[in-house]
Amino acid sequence: MTFLTGWGRTAPTPARLARPRSAEEVAELVRRAPGRGVAARGLGRAYGDAAQNSGGLVLDCTALTSWSLDESSGLVTAAAGLSLHDLMTALVPRGWFVPVTPGTRHVTVGGAVAADVHGKNHHADSSFGAHLRSLTLVTADGGCRTLTPESELFWATVGGMGLTGVITEAVFRCVPIETSRMRVDVERTRDLDHTLETMTATDDRHRYTVAWIDLLASGGRMGRSVLTRGDHASRDELPRGADPLAFAPASRLKAPPWAPNGLLNPVTVRAFNEAWYRRARPRTGLVQGLSPFFHPLDSVDGWNRVYGSHGFVQYQFVVPFSEEATLRRIVSRLSAEGVVSFLTVLKRFGPGTPGMLSFPIPGWTLALDIPAGRRGLAVLLREFDGWVAEAGGRIYLAKDSRMSAGTAAAMYPRLGEWRKVRDEVDPGGVFRSDLARRLGL
Amino acid sequence: MADEEAPSMKNALGSVDTVLLLGGRSEIGLAIVERLVRDGARRVVLAARDAGDTPPVIGAAEVHLLEFDASRPETHGEVIESAAKLVGDLDVVIPTFGVLGSQAAYDADPVAAAEAVAVNYGGHVSAGLFAARRLREQGHGTLVVLSSVAGVRVRRANFVYGSAKAGLDGFAQGLGDALHGSGARVMVVRPGFVIGRMTEGMSPAPMSSTPGQVADAVIAGLRSDAEVVWVPGRLRAVFAVMRVLPRAIWRRMPR
Repeated sequence: MTFLTGWGRTAPTPARLARPRSAEEVAELVRRAPGRGVAARGLGRAYGDAAQNSGGLVLDCTALTSWSLDESSGLVTAAAGLSLHDLMTALVPRGWFVPVTPGTRHVTVGGAVAADVHGKNHHADSSFGAHLRSLTLVTADGGCRTLTPESELFWATVGGMGLTGVITEAVFRCVPIETSRMRVDVERTRDLDHTLETMTATDDRHRYTVAWIDLLASGGRMGRSVLTRGDHASRDELPRGADPLAFAPASRLKAPPWAPNGLLNPVTVRAFNEAWYRRARPRTGLVQGLSPFFHPLDSVDGWNRVYGSHGFVQYQFVVPFSEEATLRRIVSRLSAEGVVSFLTVLKRFGPGTPGMLSFPIPGWTLALDIPAGRRGLAVLLREFDGWVAEAGGRIYLAKDSRMSAGTAAAMYPRLGEWRKVRDEVDPGGVFRSDLARRLGL
Repeated sequence: MADEEAPSMKNALGSVDTVLLLGGRSEIGLAIVERLVRDGARRVVLAARDAGDTPPVIGAAEVHLLEFDASRPETHGEVIESAAKLVGDLDVVIPTFGVLGSQAAYDADPVAAAEAVAVNYGGHVSAGLFAARRLREQGHGTLVVLSSVAGVRVRRANFVYGSAKAGLDGFAQGLGDALHGSGARVMVVRPGFVIGRMTEGMSPAPMSSTPGQVADAVIAGLRSDAEVVWVPGRLRAVFAVMRVLPRAIWRRMPR
């Protein structure tokens, strides 16, 4: 038995870990599933318990790494355990980029499908599932199915958190790029209203946009943000002589193996936020590498350890565009409570995919990291859950580690429809995870 | 991946979802359940003798009733499995059944004494082992064992009751060690004199507590993954001394 947690390092549970080397081995393991069921796991970047299966079997899929690229169409066929990091390292020098990348490259293709991940281009390009041509799924009967977007099972699997089967392969279209650099504009906003106005007015001018919010700023500066917007740079924007498609993400720093609890406190985070805000001088046309633009935290290996032994939770919700009041209410409450969260991110979502349990809907999404040891956190977040649900919003399952089954059901109106498809393909409940048990999915 | 065994509770912030109370009318037990529900637990199973069919209203939780007889160990496994069928994985299991009885009455009726011990010790052994089997299979969950300072060092004033608690305390510690590494755990609770229905008519001993205070300590212990909880906490120090008092003095303890 191995104890597993998600990226937030909370609530470890034991499971038997197996590392299949092929889709056939996955099918064989699924056919011999134990009573406590099977869950697939990639690089463990889901924050909560999505890739844990207490007392059961967990398939570490990271040995499934084959891939191929059709250079004429940009179609990539990738095994589920391949990381976006490895994929980018191979694709970028050939002039292709993944259609969607979350805030870290260290997720697998299978995880990206199962969570229907989004990135800074959601307002322009939607989420990962929108770019899929087909999927290969090992189902509860041990069979292997190829799914296309015409099928219900496809859209129960995209965003389905691995509960319809084990995804073993995905085919998706990549984006042609001239260079491995980004052309970036940086802007600062005064307060929350200014942030929302600016993003609403100008988001569509850029393919990639995001706002970092200083949650500890209060009073007239509450909700002040640094907006970062970018597009893939063209060849003529690079300095002469630069290798246009060079991609070698900076060698990674290592976070110390241990950090004292309470290292991130209102004083240190306030200082960090102040420095971050000041450092972000307004600029236009800054040329930046892909990695610092998309994955700044990837340069520090194991950054999740700085939250100390209690770990941390990430609270990410989305509320529809008409529900700015709810967003404002939550931000002001967080600011008033002095909730310590650095790198709080605000983003405008465009249209979602037909994924039945996919997270993104058109609206505002806010993501914040909070040390799990904080007193009163459970009560505060439960209160937010209520506001978000009432506003027709929802919490991202790939980030969640603490909401209740009732809340999840209220937030995901298509849960019943999803269950029907899942029950058909997995009537015996072979695919299970701690997340599924906790939320009664 | 976690490098060590840590909390075996279901949610990142330490809230549990399901609770099984064996001895479903116990004041301490219900006080614990009330607090767990306040902290987010949603599904409760109360198992008791003559459980009836009118569940008490406990917060907004879903409450199930099961028939349970502590003196019939052969039925305990079935009760635990039925509870798991009703609510899924059991996050917290609390056997709270027990009888106090007076030493004088036990002196007069040794058969009654043996029956009381069978419930206070034997009943907990079967219920505890059946619960542990389930928790081990789940890979998580906590068995809360209500021991007593009466079992830490047995006094002449209530040695029948005390000896059963001494056995239970040892059983719970051993079971906790046996479960180490499985994800499941045992928490031993050692209250002093508890003022409540069970001790009605008795005058409270020094450092006594109420069922609510015991429940508060249990909740705090669950949150911090304590292995042993004393209620009140200072009894730990008091009993460090009591344990080593010479027998000639100990035997003169008034109660």
